[in-house]
Amino acid sequence: MTTVSRRDFMTVLAAAGGGLLLGCRVDEGRPTASAAATAAAPGATPPAFVPNAFIRIGTDGGITLIMPQAEMGQGTYTSMSMLLAEELEVAPDQVQLEHAPPDDKRYANPFFGEQMTGASSSVRAFDEPLRRAGATARTMLVAAAAASWNVDPASCRAQKGVVTHTPTGRTLTYGVLAAKAAALPVPDKITLKDPKDFTLIGTPAKRLDTPSKVNGTAQFGIDVRLPGMLIATVAASPVLGGKVAGVDEPKAKAVAGVRQIVRLDDVVAVVADHMWAAKQGLAALDIRWADGPNAKLTTADIVGGLAKASESAGVTARKDGDPVKALAGAPKKVQAVYESPFLAHVTMEPMNCTVHVRKDGCEVWTGSQVLSRVQAAAAEVTGFPLEKVVVHNHLLGGGFGRRLEVDYVTQAVRIAKQVDAPVKVVWTREEDVQHDVYRSYYYDRLAAGLGLRGMPVSWTHRIVGPAIIARYLPPVFKDGIDIDAVDGAVQLLYDIPAIQVEHVRHEEPVLNTGFWRGVGVTHNNFVIESFIDELAAASRQDPVAFRRALLGKSPRATAVLDLAAKEAGWGKPLPRGHGRGVALLYSGWGTYLAQVADVEVTGSGDVRVHRIVCAVDCGRIVNPDIVTAQIQSGVVYGISGALWGEVTLKNGRVEQSNFHNYRVLRMNESPPIEVHLVRNSEAPGGIGEPGTAVTAPALGNAIYAATGKRLRKLPLQAGLRLVAR
Amino acid sequence: MELTINGSTRQVDVPADMPVLWVLRDVLGMTGTKFGCGMALCGACTVQLEGQAIRSCVTPMSAVAGKAITTIEAIGDTPAGKQVQEAWIALDVPQCGYCQSGQIMSASALLASNAHPTDADIDAAMAGNICRCGTYGRIRAAIKQAAQGAPITGKRARP
Repeated sequence: MTTVSRRDFMTVLAAAGGGLLLGCRVDEGRPTASAAATAAAPGATPPAFVPNAFIRIGTDGGITLIMPQAEMGQGTYTSMSMLLAEELEVAPDQVQLEHAPPDDKRYANPFFGEQMTGASSSVRAFDEPLRRAGATARTMLVAAAAASWNVDPASCRAQKGVVTHTPTGRTLTYGVLAAKAAALPVPDKITLKDPKDFTLIGTPAKRLDTPSKVNGTAQFGIDVRLPGMLIATVAASPVLGGKVAGVDEPKAKAVAGVRQIVRLDDVVAVVADHMWAAKQGLAALDIRWADGPNAKLTTADIVGGLAKASESAGVTARKDGDPVKALAGAPKKVQAVYESPFLAHVTMEPMNCTVHVRKDGCEVWTGSQVLSRVQAAAAEVTGFPLEKVVVHNHLLGGGFGRRLEVDYVTQAVRIAKQVDAPVKVVWTREEDVQHDVYRSYYYDRLAAGLGLRGMPVSWTHRIVGPAIIARYLPPVFKDGIDIDAVDGAVQLLYDIPAIQVEHVRHEEPVLNTGFWRGVGVTHNNFVIESFIDELAAASRQDPVAFRRALLGKSPRATAVLDLAAKEAGWGKPLPRGHGRGVALLYSGWGTYLAQVADVEVTGSGDVRVHRIVCAVDCGRIVNPDIVTAQIQSGVVYGISGALWGEVTLKNGRVEQSNFHNYRVLRMNESPPIEVHLVRNSEAPGGIGEPGTAVTAPALGNAIYAATGKRLRKLPLQAGLRLVAR
Repeated sequence: MELTINGSTRQVDVPADMPVLWVLRDVLGMTGTKFGCGMALCGACTVQLEGQAIRSCVTPMSAVAGKAITTIEAIGDTPAGKQVQEAWIALDVPQCGYCQSGQIMSASALLASNAHPTDADIDAAMAGNICRCGTYGRIRAAIKQAAQGAPITGKRARP
């Protein structure tokens, strides 16, 4: 096995393109166990100006921005850098980026009180904190320059890493000023720039991570290489909850390159020189499993439990007026049950984690949306205190909520405890699909009453599914209400006099369920926007006009609806077999999004998506090009899920295993996706997930327009075939 | 076994049935080529064999003996690869970036054999490369921009 020296490793990192310094930091000449976790610490070489957790300016002029949020494709390293650089007065090409170490005190996401990248929150949560961090540093650098010249700081200005004394034209660079600035007290009062003076925020600045992502140098967790590192792959019980009963160790050890078999109660790992040997070894193990109590479980059993639970009342999350009475008195009633299946995330980078457990500590290399949870998980398994667990974050080859979980970290550390070397545990795609932390199955009951003019007079929505927040963020689970499970449902914008939204908590103990791109909103928006379409149809009204008539209290929603309809040519004739569907989204993300989908249902019942038009109002925009890319990204992810996404269980096993039976959208199936941005100065809204959430209802409504078939169960393609039969 | 990668010859002590992907990643330490599925379903592992895009996760060492392999680390040395990389940067194609090595290897192979691909040509050449971030629109636009051979200005074409 070939390994690289530390020096080679540093060269690779330095070559990582575009001024980026990403990947794990292995400092030459220092024991690796203590090499990280000091990213923003004072005392780095050369002596540095470190005004806060996010900025480090060396006396050599090097400017390093420390990224509190993980980069998983959503462009956060660029948008976070833009927020800092705008106020710091540096150009994006002057900075190097560094992953933050695990540290809830310094790098907590203000929305959650811990280090977490999720819920489309990065710009919303860090907008002001990072601008303040940049402004603080700039203020101190200007003060240092003014002191050097013995002039009024107000007569100096900072630009592109240089302070200029305006009257005399004298200049000093940030590097020259770093030592002096470091000696100054951090000011209590700073002045943020007036948004009209922004030169970077609001521009389509280039992504800082692109150069390294086109030449193979970008370092993902799976790319970690360490001296003496071994590679392991794993098999957990195919029947969820099963245990290892026996393995044929000699046969696996006979495979060239296999070094060790690690057998835990619920998982077996083969540790080898390379992944091929590990995979061959795993196949040779001929593992026998004790399937346990779930050996007969099917999806239908789970859905049966949800359906039964839906007959009882839940916790009320919103109540306006008296919906029961209003429904009883309505001349026309519409009722429906909607179902949303289990979904896998299927990030392109399969789950992986590299761990070195030593006598005196533990070191972890991975890609995570929750770095401090990675550290805590490793500490729990090893028994080491947190300060003995060093964690290096990386670029994430997709997150989508999967890397909000640390199950793969816990497992890798359990394995690494048995291995006397650094070991990279890499899941096969099959393991990734079959042992995901799935998007939950949801079962929704809705009823609405329509008044004399066909407009809704009552709306009741009962959501049945788990309370993921109760497990994931217990302090946020208050009064029995899971704000995620009801997100997008409680904010219903439609002007209906009587509304009730309930959540019936129904936990599924066998499958692990968690957050999937768009979280609660993805399921709720499908349900709400399909059902409002049903009401429009029951009233024989145009879907856009019907919604519009109910949006009197929400001009921003009306504006995006009108814009999407106009750009999509709503009402214009379509070819035979085509249909247009509309959906509107508003939720806790604070973003308004309207989508019009143009789909065709072929004679054989295949759904083809021809065009998607989105209109987005996400308030003040940091980088419009990234916003556009994120909406497009969300839509593609949403199409995959809406048309085909479904994880099913048979005999306690997940039936899907790889891309051949967990279908995702490909290039030849991907429609043009037009994104129209509304520009205003409202507070920033989230943009990573809305595109996903709004897509399923737009597609379902378009299929209805094309075929007259109302699909109340996802995935749509399977539902369409059932209806067609 | 002997392997010709990016113009240099390397000796590796591996079994003949070992897929090229793992030789690149785990033996030679060339991690730009990615593992995605192991079944030639996703294209993340795409490299070029004598200029043809192949899935290295299912290509055994025995199939590449005496033939030239090009990987993402050196595709920029080819005219098509350079144009593709520049177009990818100009349009900011990558998001998470994990699939992009494979996308670029497929796109470069396409352009090397077909200087002016139609949408149908692009679909045929790229349908085997999955992107979960949904960069397909920009990939298509970037291939067209690279094919034009026009000076890359950094101006953003809207997919």
